[in-house]
Amino acid sequence: MRINRRRFTQLSLAAAATPAAFAIGGKARAADPLKIGFVYVGPIGDHGWTYQHDQGRLAVEEEFGDQVETSFVENVSEGADAERVINQLATTGHGLIFTTSFGFMNPTLKVAKRHPDVRFEHATGYKRADNLATYAARFYEGRTVSGILAAHVTKTNTIGYIASFPIPEVVRGIGAFTVAARRINPDLQVKVVWVNSWYDPGKEADAAKALIDQGADVLLQHTDSPAPVQVAEERGVKCVGQASDMSRFGPTAHMTAVVDDWAPYYKERVKLALDGGWSATDTWGGLASGMVKLSPFNGNLPAEAISDAEAAIAAIESGERHAFDGPVRDQSGTVRVPEGEHLSDEGLLGMDWYVEGVQGKLPG
Amino acid sequence: MDILSMILMSVVAAATPLLFAGLGELVTEKAGVLNLGVEGMMLMGAVIGFAVTAVTGTAFLGIPAAALAGAAMAGLFALLTLNLLANQVATGLALTLFGVGLSSLIGQDFVGTPLDRLPQLDIPGLSTVPVIGPVLFGQDALVYLSLLAVGGVVWFLARTRAGLVLKAVGENPAAAHRLGHSVLGVRWLAVLFGGAMSGIGGAYLSLAYTPLWAENMTAGRGWIALALVVFATWRPGRVLLGAYLFGGVTIAQLHAQSAGIDIPSQFMSMLPYVATILVLVLISRDATRIRLNAPASIGKVFHPGG
Repeated sequence: MRINRRRFTQLSLAAAATPAAFAIGGKARAADPLKIGFVYVGPIGDHGWTYQHDQGRLAVEEEFGDQVETSFVENVSEGADAERVINQLATTGHGLIFTTSFGFMNPTLKVAKRHPDVRFEHATGYKRADNLATYAARFYEGRTVSGILAAHVTKTNTIGYIASFPIPEVVRGIGAFTVAARRINPDLQVKVVWVNSWYDPGKEADAAKALIDQGADVLLQHTDSPAPVQVAEERGVKCVGQASDMSRFGPTAHMTAVVDDWAPYYKERVKLALDGGWSATDTWGGLASGMVKLSPFNGNLPAEAISDAEAAIAAIESGERHAFDGPVRDQSGTVRVPEGEHLSDEGLLGMDWYVEGVQGKLPG
Repeated sequence: MDILSMILMSVVAAATPLLFAGLGELVTEKAGVLNLGVEGMMLMGAVIGFAVTAVTGTAFLGIPAAALAGAAMAGLFALLTLNLLANQVATGLALTLFGVGLSSLIGQDFVGTPLDRLPQLDIPGLSTVPVIGPVLFGQDALVYLSLLAVGGVVWFLARTRAGLVLKAVGENPAAAHRLGHSVLGVRWLAVLFGGAMSGIGGAYLSLAYTPLWAENMTAGRGWIALALVVFATWRPGRVLLGAYLFGGVTIAQLHAQSAGIDIPSQFMSMLPYVATILVLVLISRDATRIRLNAPASIGKVFHPGG
């Protein structure tokens, strides 16, 4: 009985392995489309981070038609489950696999080592291999533009910033925003509330209300739900949306949103993979590459604010302006970036200090 | 409205979904059934409440629909655990997972749909009293309903024959069965009530707290409600206290942060949990009374034939 069951298991394993073997064999034929896999951390319906990646996938399908075949797995949790999913994509004939969350870094690296003939791309990470490229967006460049708008519209000189976790990416955004806003209005102060969550509509709304009660009349958010936009609209203050255009939730309040656009990058990488020119590069694209965009400015903004913001976008795109052009001081007044220089990429990636004008202490 | 009443309004809003779900679960557990599916039932209430309100344009249909959705989920749980004698803990966990998935599926078309907030029902004359006026008498219908529900549950459990039977079923189902009470019938009703209350709690999130539908928008509130019931030692008044305490400390820590008070934010985020547990443990530290309050047969399968 026991032997029979074991034999049965072996047989079924062999049967399960067969289609995969066929798929690998099939890949060699030239006429076959390139199979591209996407691994998402959230649902494609989140209208935020994952939604934007999926828009990129759809753009690839549209651009390359039957030269490619894409598939995706959504709601993959960061951890052991991710490795299983990535491995499955690698063993089912996918030639190019995008994993789109920071927490997929180690699983992607592991699977990439096991499958040297498959090309991998990991978003927002820093570990690379011969067949593992990395890519991320300079979201903070959009914060610079938000800062300019906020400085023009605030009357209380108090800005509320709803932040998720004290990691360099978020601290960098607070810094870029504050530097740009205080360049126009040196009296402006930024209050930060950490909600310790990427996504909790109720808590984000509560944080928004608390900040408004404390005098903030412009809200920024580095969390993913549109709840703060709704609160801003109800309380009659201004705000900036996150990851996708949230103007539906606050037609008057929503000044603009900082949006990721992965489509140009994905199309470029797929083209390289098809032509044979793909290599394991590290890309950190901003406004200039089109990876970061601003959704249309609200028509109720002062003309001067819009022209200033547009000028800043042009200057950042041309490389004339940097989000952290010196002199940049930290909270103690010490010059961290001297005049005539700007913060290096290394400094940006490890940023763990508040710039001057941010209130409170950065949680360790 | 002045700042103080604004703050108190936020406290009430943060507490209300916990209060609904906690009260429902309390009644379920008093009948001897442990349903860990609160989070899933809340999510179903949130999505159905939102969808029906968005489609029909009236929350008067949305809220009952949310209660029905929560009760339907609870009915599934009751069928599996009461009739088919499945393990309550495992079934409850499965119910949460199921609710997360099903609500995302149903809600797909409603992501990104804005909706008007549930209107405030000002009680004439009283809602204009300074500070406490708007807080006590300028709330939406669901807040009033949640407070009425506390009174209702207290009265039901302490003063009615049906409440006594429910507690008897939770304490000693075999004895209640021999006295001729339908253990399964009572438990079914208690589970359905718990589901309906969780559903309304979810609808409060998607209609009044943050009027939008977003996947997994309960963000763990179902689990907090479950914990509240235990730390409140199965007493409705303490569930009320715990929910308002939790809401109050949550709002207070956000204000402390934005006022620039120099305490690590991680500690601040932990504070509502610590404060609520601490207070509830301190007021109910009499071990004998806890044992008297805890339903003796909770989580145990009952089979009338056995």
